[in-house]
Amino acid sequence: MTVGGGDPHDDVGAYTLHALPPDEEAAFENHLASCAACREEAAGLAATAAMLGAAEHRTPSPEVRRRVLAQIGTVRQERHGERGGEDAGEAVRAARRARRGKRVLGFALAASVAAAAAFGGIAWWQHSEADTAREQVHEANAGAEALAGVLAAPDATISTARLADGATAGVVTSRAKGEAAFIASGLPRLSGAKVYELWYEEGGAYRAAGLLPGAGGELAHVLEGPLDGATAVGITVEPAGGSRQPTTTPLGVIALPA
Amino acid sequence: MDDGAGTGADSEGPPGRERTAGESRVDELLTRAAGGDEQAFAGVYDTLAPPVMGLAFRVLRDEAQAEEVTQEVMVEVWRTADRFRPERGAARNWVLTLAHRRAVDRVRSVVSGRARELRTGARDLDRPFDTVAEEVEEREEHRRVFRCLAELSRQLRLPLVLAYYEGLTYAEVADSLATPAGTIKSRMRRGLRRLRECVESGS
Repeated sequence: MTVGGGDPHDDVGAYTLHALPPDEEAAFENHLASCAACREEAAGLAATAAMLGAAEHRTPSPEVRRRVLAQIGTVRQERHGERGGEDAGEAVRAARRARRGKRVLGFALAASVAAAAAFGGIAWWQHSEADTAREQVHEANAGAEALAGVLAAPDATISTARLADGATAGVVTSRAKGEAAFIASGLPRLSGAKVYELWYEEGGAYRAAGLLPGAGGELAHVLEGPLDGATAVGITVEPAGGSRQPTTTPLGVIALPA
Repeated sequence: MDDGAGTGADSEGPPGRERTAGESRVDELLTRAAGGDEQAFAGVYDTLAPPVMGLAFRVLRDEAQAEEVTQEVMVEVWRTADRFRPERGAARNWVLTLAHRRAVDRVRSVVSGRARELRTGARDLDRPFDTVAEEVEEREEHRRVFRCLAELSRQLRLPLVLAYYEGLTYAEVADSLATPAGTIKSRMRRGLRRLRECVESGS
């Protein structure tokens, strides 16, 4: 995670300043999962950085206030236990704290378990730690629930596809919960400042549904925003920070059951 | 407007100190907003939209873009308010961290890395700090942060300023300063630590 050697812990400064490219940021977050001292340092430095940000006040036009207050009437709030991928990471971190010494990467583990649940028996899920991993995630109670909640919903259905780049992807959909989870294995690492972006497709229009790190690999992510009447989930490659509408041809569009 | 940030010398303590009444009030408003209270959220907006907009404008240097980012950030605050944990830090810090992330993502998507390096300009590396320092709010706690920033050596200050206010990645900072990337990372960490120590010592 560090270019040209050096202390990987030095990344905490650049991380706090949002100055790591997406792949290194994802790698450092994985490191944070296993480094309590780093999490503590990151939290302290973030408070200091925020002080730099609080220095200037500028009042936005009244129109911005009006738009925001109008918009919140239509935006569904997240509730505890309904969260996305990063919380799956947090849950696994909690599980890891509970079980000392297991050398597995938090997010990759959650993704593997989710992928196992989605693809059941597919050959790539041959990890020797599978059972331990399942148990760990089962024990964790906070954010993995978001993922597990979708996976375990009584009406959950699974749609899988092979993406243009050869990766395997699946979408677990629960109409009852109004949520979907995207799971992929073998996503290639993207070069430069690029990320994967997920989309809900409804009536030919795309709605942004969250970003995935360009580091690729095995990923699991609860899609952001309501499922509503979406008929498909797409994935594209976008510049860091994501786009409002897809700017590249989707790697895949996975149709959802009605 | 009582913006909850207070104006007195001891109004906003650095991390680690007791929260002030103003800070606690915003924390409480945000907690209520997390439960769906739109009126409480309006209070959060009125208190925190000005610093969010100030930061977005500092990074983006464009009024319309800064307003768009402010709108996105404040809606995100509403949507994800349930993630706010008062025991981990003040609402204002949480919101400004979100705002910085968004502003930096936006500036990277609209201004290429090369252009961001160029706009700081090799002969003009001190300008971002000077302009921020000029316009900084006349509040004691902000003056203290900038006094501390000014006290850092230029070597430690520039990487912080270029990354935080210009949205450069560490690699772009390294390029701008013709310094190895690993050295820049290490200076970013040391710079933030020194800044924190200085602010906490209250000197």
